[in-house]
Amino acid sequence: MKGEVTLMKGNEAVAHAAIRYGCDGYFGYPITPQSEVLETLEALMPWETTGMVVLQAESEVAAINMVYGGAATGKAVMTSSSSPGISLKQEGISYIAAAQLPALILNVMRGGPGLGTIQPSQADYFQATKGGGHGDYHLIVLAPSSVQEMVDFVGLGFDLSFKYLTPAMILADGIVGQMMEKVVLPEQRPRRTDEEVKKQCPWAANGRTGMRKRNVITSLEMEPAKMEVNNHRLQAVYKEIEENETRWEEIGVEGADYLMVAFGSIARICDKARELAAEKGIKVGIIRPITLWPFPKEAVNKAAEGKKGILVVELNAGQMIEDVRLAIHDRLPVEHFGRLGGIIPSPTEVVEALEQKIINPTKA
Amino acid sequence: MKQEIIIAGFGGQGVLSMGKILAYSGLMDDKEVTWFPSYGPEQRGGTANVTVILSDEKISSPVLDAYDIVIALNQQSLDKFSPRVKPGGILIYDTNGIHNHPTRDDISVYPIEAMEATMELGNPKAYNMVVMGALLEAMSYKLPMENVVKGLKKSLPERHHKLIPLNEQAIEKGRTILKN
Repeated sequence: MKGEVTLMKGNEAVAHAAIRYGCDGYFGYPITPQSEVLETLEALMPWETTGMVVLQAESEVAAINMVYGGAATGKAVMTSSSSPGISLKQEGISYIAAAQLPALILNVMRGGPGLGTIQPSQADYFQATKGGGHGDYHLIVLAPSSVQEMVDFVGLGFDLSFKYLTPAMILADGIVGQMMEKVVLPEQRPRRTDEEVKKQCPWAANGRTGMRKRNVITSLEMEPAKMEVNNHRLQAVYKEIEENETRWEEIGVEGADYLMVAFGSIARICDKARELAAEKGIKVGIIRPITLWPFPKEAVNKAAEGKKGILVVELNAGQMIEDVRLAIHDRLPVEHFGRLGGIIPSPTEVVEALEQKIINPTKA
Repeated sequence: MKQEIIIAGFGGQGVLSMGKILAYSGLMDDKEVTWFPSYGPEQRGGTANVTVILSDEKISSPVLDAYDIVIALNQQSLDKFSPRVKPGGILIYDTNGIHNHPTRDDISVYPIEAMEATMELGNPKAYNMVVMGALLEAMSYKLPMENVVKGLKKSLPERHHKLIPLNEQAIEKGRTILKN
């Protein structure tokens, strides 16, 4: 099974990757366009091989609280859903973040607001990067642009969330979830033994033995002075994550006259648009934030150097554009192009937007 | 080598599974592949389409607006996608139920009677493989048949492997009708 090359949907790939990572438990509730995660896990029956628990909960709220409980015992646990379901999970996510627990959450975004549509979207950028639930917290937010990254980010997401004791989110869209691509699956790792969990997670509430002091997992602290300390502790972790874990990809940035910023599968549509633009003699580079939080602000700022303008392409009405404007201190024209409601822009549309909004902007 | 292909027709015609078999065949031939379907309610009766890209190099966008090859299996798909064949590209369509035929002269147009050919084979389920045969014959990238068979094996569940000879026969039929 080593380095197995196969063809699968992003959602299926997440299920395979979770099992192979040695994930202890998945708790979910079906919703299009990510139902294949749960379906694939049920078909693979990992409880008979690795011992991983796969449970279809009675609701999204139940599922995220099962993740909270599993995480509190030091287990590698995860959930997945799509936009409306992720909204339902926000209270639990805030609690998990406050309790400083590791967990992995996958959101395969569909068009909203409300129940919206089942077609692809990136309209949960604000929700994922600016809070979502209540209180001062962040998630580590990873945006995959390929099926391979869906696989890789399961491992990366778990690793980072255990390293920093904070939940990580894979923010994918319906395109990456539903698309099939060539993918290399990692080797099967064994699930950690109880002894290994105890060693790795001395904070875990997994049964007090011997003289160990009582471990209490909670987000509640009634004394403001102590609660402020808790908040400062969280903020210190976020600062460390910002310093160490910012990730991005650059395509043809050097020597380009213009810049496009896009994340997830849309960055690949922009890459095709870049090829089409080059045929017209337009030199445009792409910067693709891989971590949406922490946002690669310094990289974007540097990439903007010497450019004439920036087009931010997103499947929403303009969300990441705010972070781009802040990153470059608003010193360049920055415009947004996006389709809404589940419509995917074509590469040609992106080129047209670049021409109309950035290269030859018509005076209003 | 890079082939950007869209297969479009009614849900139930085997459009998505043909795309899957094509993608698997490409994978078996060591190509980079992407398969992106229209998903959701249209799978159950409306129009369905799938974009398949086969390439020697890393594939950028899985979503396209111009194609090297368009395969249209009903009138709506033909109307929608025939203008999107790249100049010099290929359009294959099933003439069954078509009243407005394409008029472009800057592309290679192959009208095929795939439904009729499938009826001759005696199993209507082989329809999409007849179409696949026509595609394999028309495509400038010559996908070796042994890799197509491997692709069939990979994409069909084991319990359907007994149907592989029928599928191969259907692909041959498709090749023949395209040549004629």
